[in-house]
Amino acid sequence: MKRTIPLVITFIVGIIVLSSEFIPHKPFSSVNESLENWFLVISGFAILLGQLSLLRVNTLKVTEKVENWQYYLAGLISFTIMLLCGLFWGTQDAAGLLGNGDKIISTLGIKPFEYLFVNIYQHLSATMFALLAFFIASAAYRAFIVRSFESTLLMIAAVVVMLGRTSVGTTMTAWLPQNLKFMHLPNIADFIMNYPNNAAQRAILISAALGIVGSSLRILLGIERSYLGGKD
Amino acid sequence: MKKALLVLVTCLFCVPLFCSATAPPDFTTEKQFVARDHPSDNGTAVDLFWIPVQGVIQNEQLQIPPGSSFRSLVIEKQDSLGLWQTLEISNDDLLAGFFTDNDNILADLPVAYRMIRIDETSEGKHIEQILYASVTPSAQWFNYRKLPLLILLLMLSFAVIYYIIAARQGKELFIRRINGLESMDEAVGRATEKGKPILFVPGIGDLDDIQTIAGLTILSQLAYKAATYNAELLVPVSKSMVLSTAREVVKEAYLKAGRHDSFKKDNIFYLTDDQFGYVAGIDGIMVREQPAANFFLGTFYAESLILAETGFGTGAMQTAGTAQPHQLPFFVVSCDYTLIGEELFAASAYLSKEPNQLGSLKGQDFGKLIIVLMIIIGSILEIAGYHWFKNILMMD
Repeated sequence: MKRTIPLVITFIVGIIVLSSEFIPHKPFSSVNESLENWFLVISGFAILLGQLSLLRVNTLKVTEKVENWQYYLAGLISFTIMLLCGLFWGTQDAAGLLGNGDKIISTLGIKPFEYLFVNIYQHLSATMFALLAFFIASAAYRAFIVRSFESTLLMIAAVVVMLGRTSVGTTMTAWLPQNLKFMHLPNIADFIMNYPNNAAQRAILISAALGIVGSSLRILLGIERSYLGGKD
Repeated sequence: MKKALLVLVTCLFCVPLFCSATAPPDFTTEKQFVARDHPSDNGTAVDLFWIPVQGVIQNEQLQIPPGSSFRSLVIEKQDSLGLWQTLEISNDDLLAGFFTDNDNILADLPVAYRMIRIDETSEGKHIEQILYASVTPSAQWFNYRKLPLLILLLMLSFAVIYYIIAARQGKELFIRRINGLESMDEAVGRATEKGKPILFVPGIGDLDDIQTIAGLTILSQLAYKAATYNAELLVPVSKSMVLSTAREVVKEAYLKAGRHDSFKKDNIFYLTDDQFGYVAGIDGIMVREQPAANFFLGTFYAESLILAETGFGTGAMQTAGTAQPHQLPFFVVSCDYTLIGEELFAASAYLSKEPNQLGSLKGQDFGKLIIVLMIIIGSILEIAGYHWFKNILMMD
């Protein structure tokens, strides 16, 4: 029963959602919207579960003084400060338990929650994103090392595309006559991006779509039940 | 099977017969201004047709040369108060003689339109003709524009079910080797030998994303192997719904392996919903805990390379998989094994080795064959100048 009921629910809901794709008449036309709303409501309650897990795991690590426990403490303190600021003085549009905190606003210029969000959180987030540039450089270095015929092709294509996307590439081949326009680096770069690259990406998308159909069918028919923890 | 497929292919080629409802009206027998219910919708759109007149233009300040005239055209809709409101129709649509109105239309409520033809000269304007049309839009029970999609879906479903039945009856099915999945034993063994944990990252998608579900099905197999070898498994998640599901999946896998006592609830934990906060948290885990093997299976966006490169830096054995084509190159560069597109969805079936699941994989391969054939036929016909095949498959 523990498995059967979820499987029956999955089958019925799956068939209804699938039908709604082809039946524009009510109630099918509004089924997707209703289910999405249900999902949002359940997610809203589940957020509490996530926060409790966060608190529990970090508190345990701090109390047990595991290695590098200071990081977990920093996480807990940040979580608590943000929570209290939001709770007491509200967020951008909503007032908190103590109102809008007008006195604090006169000092900081904005609400405390927003102040922390704009001045700390956003910078930390941007820093993590900025790391991507360095990682791209290191990954590209490894990818473009000439080891085989395929990696040589990859490197040549990458150099052409990179040059073709810059003014240097345009200048390098600008002297070529108009009847050799197809040899201009920007045009070669466009060709590589529009045809071989696009074809490969579409192949991946088509195969992924087929995989999704197959996977969905397995779940709908109850053949795939690993997400429920396996068979009875 | 063959008969069923033949029927479906025949249906596919009959699609234009069903879709003929969208054809414009015959103005020689009907009025010159016609309003019709938009076909195959939920009753919230109306199609308007009129005889296109060369040079007709709406609401523009025109410099009309002396002695010449210009016809302008205005189409209005009656609102709930009975007042006429001008519809915003582009000049291209006016010249085409067709417009679909989907603004504030409700099913089963009549809606009235009027078309005013104005003759403009350098001396002034005068109304040449006013034509009225009305219609009561209604919701349809089937969207014929999606018929090709339904037929393709049925073909694929039949193929999957056929191969499942064949596999149940003991037919030998060849499934190609997927190296990324074969490496799972190696990864778990390595983690056990080194006494280091295995890190599984299900991505930043929520439970309504099929990639996350595919990732969780692989987690089930991985957790079973980890439980069997008594290796530690860490699963940081970014969505609360995924947290509860992942916990349940891992717990069941440990139970199945008979190692319920080894299951640690707190090893499956929530970090944050924020994309880069999540990355920072996982990078920290990778650097501090130095996992022996990392699995990135699910939905990934800009964080993919940050995760994979940090993992590469720690020397962990890495397996990644996603259906996001833009993130795959990053994983290919930084990971030892990458599951590309469909391989992610095939993983659970492949690992389970169950005939039912393997049969469905074979059915997917049949779907691929259909798509390849359709691409070849479509390309040849398009090059030859025949567009009917493409038109059949176009949904709008």
